[in-house]
Amino acid sequence: MTTETINESLDDAHNDDHHDHKMTGIKRWLYTTNHKDIGTLYLWFSFIMLLTGGALAMVIRAELFQPGLQIVEPDFFNQLTTVHGLIMVFGAIMPAFTGFANWMLPMMIGAPDMALPRMNNWSFWILPFAFAILLGSFFMESGAPNFGWTFYAPLSTTYSNGSTAFFVFAVHIMGISSIMGAINIVVTIMNLRAPGMTYMKMPLFVWTFFITAYLLIAVMPVLAGVVTMLLTDTYFGTSFFDAAGGGDPVMFQHIFWFFGHPEVYIMILPAFGIVSTIIPAFSRKKLFGYSSMVYATSSIALLSFIVWAHHMFTTGMPLFGELFFMYCTMLIAVPTGVKVFNWVATMWRGSLTFETPMLFSIAFVILFTIGGFSGLMLALTPVDFQYHDTYFVVAHFHYVLVTGSLFSIYAGAYFWLPKWTGHMYNESLAKWHFWCSLISVNLLFFPMHFLGLAGMPRRIPDYALQFADFNKWVSIGGFAFGLSQLIFLAVVIKCIKGGKKAPAKPWDGAEGLEWTVASPAPYHTFSTPPKID
Amino acid sequence: MSKGTEQQTDRSNGKVIKKLVLVVFAMFGFGFALVPLYDVFCDITGLNGKTNDVAVAYKNDGIDTTRTVKVQFITRMAKGIPWQFEPVINEILVHPGEVKFVNFYAKNKSKRDIIGKAVPSVSPGIAGGYFQKIECFCFTHQPLKAGEEVEMGLQFYVDIDLPSEINTLTLSYTLYEISAKVDS
Repeated sequence: MTTETINESLDDAHNDDHHDHKMTGIKRWLYTTNHKDIGTLYLWFSFIMLLTGGALAMVIRAELFQPGLQIVEPDFFNQLTTVHGLIMVFGAIMPAFTGFANWMLPMMIGAPDMALPRMNNWSFWILPFAFAILLGSFFMESGAPNFGWTFYAPLSTTYSNGSTAFFVFAVHIMGISSIMGAINIVVTIMNLRAPGMTYMKMPLFVWTFFITAYLLIAVMPVLAGVVTMLLTDTYFGTSFFDAAGGGDPVMFQHIFWFFGHPEVYIMILPAFGIVSTIIPAFSRKKLFGYSSMVYATSSIALLSFIVWAHHMFTTGMPLFGELFFMYCTMLIAVPTGVKVFNWVATMWRGSLTFETPMLFSIAFVILFTIGGFSGLMLALTPVDFQYHDTYFVVAHFHYVLVTGSLFSIYAGAYFWLPKWTGHMYNESLAKWHFWCSLISVNLLFFPMHFLGLAGMPRRIPDYALQFADFNKWVSIGGFAFGLSQLIFLAVVIKCIKGGKKAPAKPWDGAEGLEWTVASPAPYHTFSTPPKID
Repeated sequence: MSKGTEQQTDRSNGKVIKKLVLVVFAMFGFGFALVPLYDVFCDITGLNGKTNDVAVAYKNDGIDTTRTVKVQFITRMAKGIPWQFEPVINEILVHPGEVKFVNFYAKNKSKRDIIGKAVPSVSPGIAGGYFQKIECFCFTHQPLKAGEEVEMGLQFYVDIDLPSEINTLTLSYTLYEISAKVDS
């Protein structure tokens, strides 16, 4: 880097508060400390990852289209399921939510930017390297990780195909990125709220991200710890999970799920926040039971720390342990139920209109609840012995993650696209995206329940003949769902390029500070904080 | 925004960041602390079928001749260890409190010297705490020269307090090769 460019960037950082000046071309994106730019980077990155992980899923569904081995080898199939899971969890859903946090949080609390803008830049820009390492392992001699996204020891240690180191370092980088992002969110919310905005006056969206950030700070280090143990077990002769050296492979599952269960709430609580913003806007009513929503979100977060072993009912736990984790898990249905009823009560007697964000939100409420119910079934220890590691589990977590988290992300994207781009998106194309996605996603995931109940195990490249018909339908649903997401890409590109000019507040029922600034949101907003009564 | 308030925000940012980073390190440590905690927890509760790994002295609380418990022995070779390893008798009937002695047969079928280690586990797990080993080959390593064979002894008793609903215990040994670990 020449002295000139250093001076230029220093100059630029210095002047940030006063001018709308920004660097051009690639440098704008590489050096940016602007929350809106970084939010945009996160959102595009997560969409690219969604398509990448989706492409892997297409190969999986193509292989499972009919019984027998057609397209891929079993070992490569395992690599596909593993990397699909890792990319969707750490590359698509989590960065998308961080993108929303970056774009919306400062505008919602009346702050000029995130509290730690330079760290913000770093926490985004290390992510592509993490996924380059992970995806790059496909092209190594060893192949990509093939031990499932849950990387149970000893599959990932003694029986590793040699990809464990790539996997561990990729996860370390993703973890550092998430932790930095979470610290930034907490500091921003604690210190940069506009004068007069007390905690209980924050939009629920802000609350859910606040709680999620705490969850991230609490459990991502545990993930970092467990992958470090894997690394030393595999390459440096330690025996954390090796029974021969006095370790215990079951302990791996305890530590992993101590991270893993809060992790699933990390992926759904922000979705609750987005939906709780959109449903009131299109019902033209205030959110029903705001404070109960805050308490429900907090209790879900706290309970998430004492339910982890419901993923391990079949490991031979004593009866007391099984009962404890079963009852704690079922307890989570109470605050979750509070939320679902509050959303329904918000819509009750509202003046509803059904623009695309609202359609995705309503679909979220219904389909997420289906995922919640199958979760309750899995929480029941005796029946879990039948459902464990079958397609029933696959159906369950895709209902909560795809029709839950991903649908909320689409809802939020449509809701704020006018604010981001300054143009209205094409409503009829967006409705095509919604209806195609809704129909295909149910064709894709609903029959999986039946497959699981009939006994089809997950993570297999081939299956018994009696599962052939359902699998064919599931695959057709999968291809249709995958293609439908390209409609979304078209809507977004069209919306960026042009379209009807969006007013500052395009949705008449919407509330919040973000609608008081112009559309598209100026590069710098709330340099002077607004006053909240 | 005046210079004064800006500095104030920065300071309190620093405080919050310090606390949060502390939490991050504490939780990273907690992940590792779970390892010994898990062992202690299992040791106290006897939950995961682990048995004592040092010899216990026989505690003479009498023999309960009214009860008979069946103790079964099974063995399993971990991947890659070229040994033959099996119990000489597959099961034995004991009264709680009664000391028994059984033998296990092992043979190194390969052409190299190998150090093995047998890791015991009792099923049902809750019975692990009641299965007491006075003397066991599993307390130490078993170095066997190429082609060498050996009979290894296990002296044990079942605690008289064994819960009444348990009538059968299974003691399973998994044999691992630990030559590389012992050498280094």
